[in-house]
Amino acid sequence: MFSKFGFLASAEAGASPVIPKPAEIAVGFIAFGILFLLIRARAVPRFEKAYKDRTEAIEGGLERAEVAQREAAEALQMYKAQLADARGEAAKLREEARAEGSVILEQMRTTAQEEATRITASARTSIEAERQVAFNSLLNEVGALATELASRIVGESLDDAARQSRVVERFLEEVEKSK
Amino acid sequence: MRGVWSQANPGFVPPSSADFDFAPIFGDSILFTKPVLLVFLSVIVAGSFFTLSARKAAIVPSKLQFAGESVYTFIRNELGRDVIGPEFMRFVPFLFSLFIFILTNNIFGIVPLLQFPTMSHIGFPIGVTIFSYVTYHYVAIKKHGFSKYVKDICFMPGIPKPVYLILTPVELLTYLVTRPLTLSMRLFANMFAGHLLLLVFTLGGEYLLTSGLIFKFLSLFSFGFAIGLSFFELGIQALQAYIFTLLTALYIAGALADEH
Repeated sequence: MFSKFGFLASAEAGASPVIPKPAEIAVGFIAFGILFLLIRARAVPRFEKAYKDRTEAIEGGLERAEVAQREAAEALQMYKAQLADARGEAAKLREEARAEGSVILEQMRTTAQEEATRITASARTSIEAERQVAFNSLLNEVGALATELASRIVGESLDDAARQSRVVERFLEEVEKSK
Repeated sequence: MRGVWSQANPGFVPPSSADFDFAPIFGDSILFTKPVLLVFLSVIVAGSFFTLSARKAAIVPSKLQFAGESVYTFIRNELGRDVIGPEFMRFVPFLFSLFIFILTNNIFGIVPLLQFPTMSHIGFPIGVTIFSYVTYHYVAIKKHGFSKYVKDICFMPGIPKPVYLILTPVELLTYLVTRPLTLSMRLFANMFAGHLLLLVFTLGGEYLLTSGLIFKFLSLFSFGFAIGLSFFELGIQALQAYIFTLLTALYIAGALADEH
């Protein structure tokens, strides 16, 4: 019994080991055939499927990443363009504001100048008028003074006629000068 | 040496080819001997392992799937794609089955309790070789047509005519006899010799244990050597499975090529 499990030889058969036993050829053929059919039906297609799925998963992932990258780049480009536009716009607005400001300043300066001229003119006019008023009142006063002087002269002695006339003349000159 | 041994222990019988013969485990049929049962066991082991590991076919593999897939990928790419070329996919199931069948049967040689490489019975390698033989002839005939195939073998193009006197018999012999013969013989002889070597050291060690004290000590070396050789055998077992599959792939590639 022990020898049947192969721990020891069974000495009965003495055939050369290179002479095949037909039954063993058949067994080898059939056993391999069974394994081949099994592997072809149940193992290889599934391994191939795993390969295919994996390849697709990897390629799909790469493709998605590429698309995402492209979109991101486009978005970045767009934002940059927008930013540049906005900057240009701002610069233009600033320029316009500056131009407008200088125009306004010029206008205000002109207005102020006109106002000043106008005020100066009106001041001059009023001064002239006041001077006229003063002159008129002075004339009146001179008349009164003259009358008074005349009465005074008349009231004094007539002997010093020459001196009197000089007084009158000087008076008149003074009046004339003051005019 | 032998004289000393036979003097001291006349009972030692060195292992011989008779150690490869087994009586049926039950009944009288040759179908119930250890090697035959081991061959069927190999179909169950290899078949269930790779069927189970391929079952889920997930993108992210489990450990089992990874193990099965690694072997499959190796055969598919190294022996299928790289050797056969663009048409390789239809031969992958065959090459893969071939490799795992031979490998499993070879490894039985060092699996504890089983400890018999079934391919050391020449009948089994021949049974498998029939598949390779038929396959590469069939592929060539289907691809080139029978007459062109025979013509290509007998009269290799581009050779001076007188050379055919020698070349034609050689080529015919190669395609029809040498290739299948070497395929099965190489596998058989390697497994046979390896197993015999292990037997020498284990049986020798065992026998030394029954002898005197010094011999008992020496048996340690014998067993140690047997263990070391077992690992060496593992390498040879894998290598022989690989070579068998590689040569089959090469023959198929040759059959598919435009000129022989």
